[in-house]
Amino acid sequence: MAVSTLPDPASPADAGHPLAPIPYVVRAVATETPDIVTLTLVPRSTKRTGPFRPGQFNMLYAFGVGESAISISGGSPDGQLIHTVQSLGKVSNALTRLTPGDTVGVRGPYGRGWPVAEAKGRDLVIVAGGLGLPPLRPALYEIFRNREAYGRVEIIDGARTPKNLVFYDEVQGWRRRSDLRVQVTVDSAGRDWYGDVGVVTTRIPDARFDPERTTAFVCGPEIMMKLTAQALVARKVPAETIFLSMERNMKCAIGFCGHCQYQSSFICRDGPVLRYSAVQTLLNLKEV
Amino acid sequence: MNPEVNHKVVREIASHPFFHGMSREFVETIAVEGEERLFVADDMIASEGGEADVLYLVLEGKVALELEAADRPPITVQTVGPGELVGWSWLVPPHRWRFNVRALKRTRLVALDGGIIRRTLHARPDWGFEFMVRFMPLLAERLENTRIQLLDIYGR
Ligand SMILES: Cc1cc2nc3c(=O)[nH]c(=O)nc-3n(C[C@H](O)[C@H](O)[C@H](O)COP(=O)(O)OP(=O)(O)OC[C@H]3O[C@@H](n4cnc5c(N)ncnc54)[C@H](O)[C@@H]3O)c2cc1C
Ligand code: FES
Repeated sequence: MAVSTLPDPASPADAGHPLAPIPYVVRAVATETPDIVTLTLVPRSTKRTGPFRPGQFNMLYAFGVGESAISISGGSPDGQLIHTVQSLGKVSNALTRLTPGDTVGVRGPYGRGWPVAEAKGRDLVIVAGGLGLPPLRPALYEIFRNREAYGRVEIIDGARTPKNLVFYDEVQGWRRRSDLRVQVTVDSAGRDWYGDVGVVTTRIPDARFDPERTTAFVCGPEIMMKLTAQALVARKVPAETIFLSMERNMKCAIGFCGHCQYQSSFICRDGPVLRYSAVQTLLNLKEV
Repeated sequence: MNPEVNHKVVREIASHPFFHGMSREFVETIAVEGEERLFVADDMIASEGGEADVLYLVLEGKVALELEAADRPPITVQTVGPGELVGWSWLVPPHRWRFNVRALKRTRLVALDGGIIRRTLHARPDWGFEFMVRFMPLLAERLENTRIQLLDIYGR
């Protein structure tokens, strides 16, 4: 289907269109790492996006530049949204350059998120790599709110170096909780790092969970998710209970344009969170 | 039982996962000259290029394996914790440490004499084979992990 049938987010003529973005104002910008920022957005008027579920994403529109799918890393009932963006290309670069007071277009939330409710009563292994933590963050807070509903909770967070760890202070706070086990590991570090060094997969053998009653949420670059899923399967976690958040180029984000199609699924509508058993073959493909 | 043997060290070796199930006689043989060593954070346990005639068994704590580069500060490429081993340069000539070993917190290790282990493995090929069957997967795992590190799996 032709992408040209989509509305032009900048055109007033398309303002009432369901795909037209809602204006939000940047309230705060936090620098996570040299190329990653966390944006706090508030609606410019009474119009706002609907409630979101952990693992869903919004399409953020940098005016005059373009749109990108960005996971929701937090929010509040009064309409505030938190998004963490890494500068990679045209759109993400424009988003990371926003400053407080700037306007950004938001439409969403889209997609299926983490099966937080279905995982109740089970052990949880949550593995984040690089920019994988922000999309998991709302799921983690929902789990923390209902902590007694879950078995053991093991969080493993990995990054290239200590300065690439996002939400670092927050993660340090989680480490002080006695009802979680948090492992943070980096690929290499200087002498000022007293934590673990080694890829995330090296922490899996040490993780405490009962494989038969474990649900795993894994988020990060595909190679990291693939290796982590393999390490979890090696510890006898069934592929059906390992969930990954897939990234594919998105355009409409509502299962309309076919841009993100994989076999009979659209990642934007049926994902981005999918079972490892369903995407094992996709993980070996460069782009669908 | 060999009277020179330090029984505490024998117990520590026998209960270390790497040696689990190996013959008592082998454990007692390599325990001769073995001793427990205690380090605190930032203590240097071994220095790159230094004589390497010891195999360390980590009992408690955590150590960093560091590489030195002339033009930059040392880089930690791996950390090793309880139940793991540190050092294989005692096995491979010229028996020089290939990295620094630095304690990251209070760390308790058992230090075994590399020369004694080498001679024991030569003298008793059955023990030597069993030792290598256990040792090779560790080397393979470290090689594999290094490969994954080289892939830069967090890069987008
Ligand atoms: C469901 C979903 C959730 C996402 N959540 C986030 C998020 O929370 N934060 C965030 O920063 N990004 C997220 N992304 C990625 C984001 O949508 C864009 O793909 C990314 O920001 C690059 O877009 P761009 O237009 O700036 O770069 P482009 O101009 O499209 O590309 C610039 C360069 O980056 C490469 N590139 C593009 N996308 C990716 C990618 N996903 N991974 C690796 N390389 C890529 C391209 O190959 C190219 O070399 C998400 C994507 C999806 C599908
Ligand atoms: S992005 Fe259009 S169908 Fe998924």
